[in-house]
Amino acid sequence: MVTEPHPYPGKLIIVEGIDGSGKSTQLALLYRWLVSQGHKVFFTEWNSSVLVRRSMKRGKKKDLLTPTTFSLLHAVDFADRLTYKILPPLKAGMIVLADRFVYTAFSRDAARGVHPGWVRAVYRFAPRPDLALYFRVPIEVALERILSGRAKLKYHEAGMDLGLSRDPVESFRLFQSRVLELYDAQVREFDLKAVDATGDINSQQLLVRRMVRRVLRDYHGTVADVAAALSEAQ
Amino acid sequence: MHGEDKAFYGHGLPYLKVGRLAGSLIVIEGTDSVGRSTQIEQLVPWLEVQGYAVTKTGWTRSPLLSETINEAKAGHELTVTTFSLLYAADFADRLENEIIPALRAGFIVVADRYMYTAFARNAVMGVDREWTRELFGPALVPDLVLYLKIDVDSLVPRVLEGKGMDYWESGMHLAMGSDIFESFRRYQTRLIREYNRLAREFQFTSVDARHPVEQIQGLLRQHISSYLDRSKRPHLPPVTPVERKVVDG
Repeated sequence: MVTEPHPYPGKLIIVEGIDGSGKSTQLALLYRWLVSQGHKVFFTEWNSSVLVRRSMKRGKKKDLLTPTTFSLLHAVDFADRLTYKILPPLKAGMIVLADRFVYTAFSRDAARGVHPGWVRAVYRFAPRPDLALYFRVPIEVALERILSGRAKLKYHEAGMDLGLSRDPVESFRLFQSRVLELYDAQVREFDLKAVDATGDINSQQLLVRRMVRRVLRDYHGTVADVAAALSEAQ
Repeated sequence: MHGEDKAFYGHGLPYLKVGRLAGSLIVIEGTDSVGRSTQIEQLVPWLEVQGYAVTKTGWTRSPLLSETINEAKAGHELTVTTFSLLYAADFADRLENEIIPALRAGFIVVADRYMYTAFARNAVMGVDREWTRELFGPALVPDLVLYLKIDVDSLVPRVLEGKGMDYWESGMHLAMGSDIFESFRRYQTRLIREYNRLAREFQFTSVDARHPVEQIQGLLRQHISSYLDRSKRPHLPPVTPVERKVVDG
């Protein structure tokens, strides 16, 4: 249940934020640090399972997806990764880092127009993360970062399927503003930890590591590590 | 026209301007191999002869997902959760791209299985009932659900004479034993029990599916005719006060 702490010995740390918020950069730096500390870390990202890859591609290419099927396909992806990628390392006592989690669906799918209560019900089977970081950035900053990198905005990320504007930049602005509002509303609802993502990368990362350190205070390593430590103590 | 005033089962599709749905949504439900598709094959031309435009829609047949579902079933990599979500996605795709447009155009949509199939299967697999139902919140409530009702003993010979017992319809994925015959009986017994429960809850129109094919077809036609008559009856204008006075005389 996404509203209750999970019972597993591992730790689940996730990042959220719109495209261009810098969340993936921060997660990559966090990964490096955790591994350097000797932790066993597993990384997974949104919409990466092979199970629905074909349907997703087909639907996106032919513009077959409706807000509801878009939402459900992502839920299939999530459920599949949860079973095969997220839960096993959590049960083994590893640290799982997830780039985007259910809160992406709660903001993005609701911004597309599905019922917010419905999408929350769909994801009811998800575990609650030990730490959910929300990288908060104004639209214009995100846009600038994206446009200075790869020149084109992604079709669905810009909400082009909604027909808000023919201009991808304007569409992104309109769609992601709605997404931002819905993210902001979840800070209280799900206790997301908001990080000011306009600041420089290094200070953000130091702040993130401070928060992660707090979460790891009651973490004792993998099940194997704990068993080894126990047998050594005897 | 026929079935007006459609309702959504749950939260519906808030972003969609559904508009007036003049057509009728008729669902044929029933367990595996009970003869749904044979009956539908005969119902369609019968309706067309009467001048109704008809379109069919079938479980897991959406262009978006049918391949994915078949592949995943072949690889046995699905959990009950991904299974349920895939079915819901397939359903939503057909609902928005086939069913609603056809209803809007005034067609009779004949659905081979509907959300009740997911309700029944998931209940047998031990999936949270409430969750399953919420997944289908976007669904339209059908105008008529015809339920082909059968008992497991009558079902067994029909399956064996037909395509035989398959892995999924025998519930082998539930690991209720390695004997496919016993597993089939156990799984279908539970499934039929769930369907019967749903038939009461959602007021299906039940048809005894132990009868010969032609007889079942006759019964289905009777039910459909009486539904169409009921829904075709012109809405009488309300009696005005003046007329009432006259009547009261």
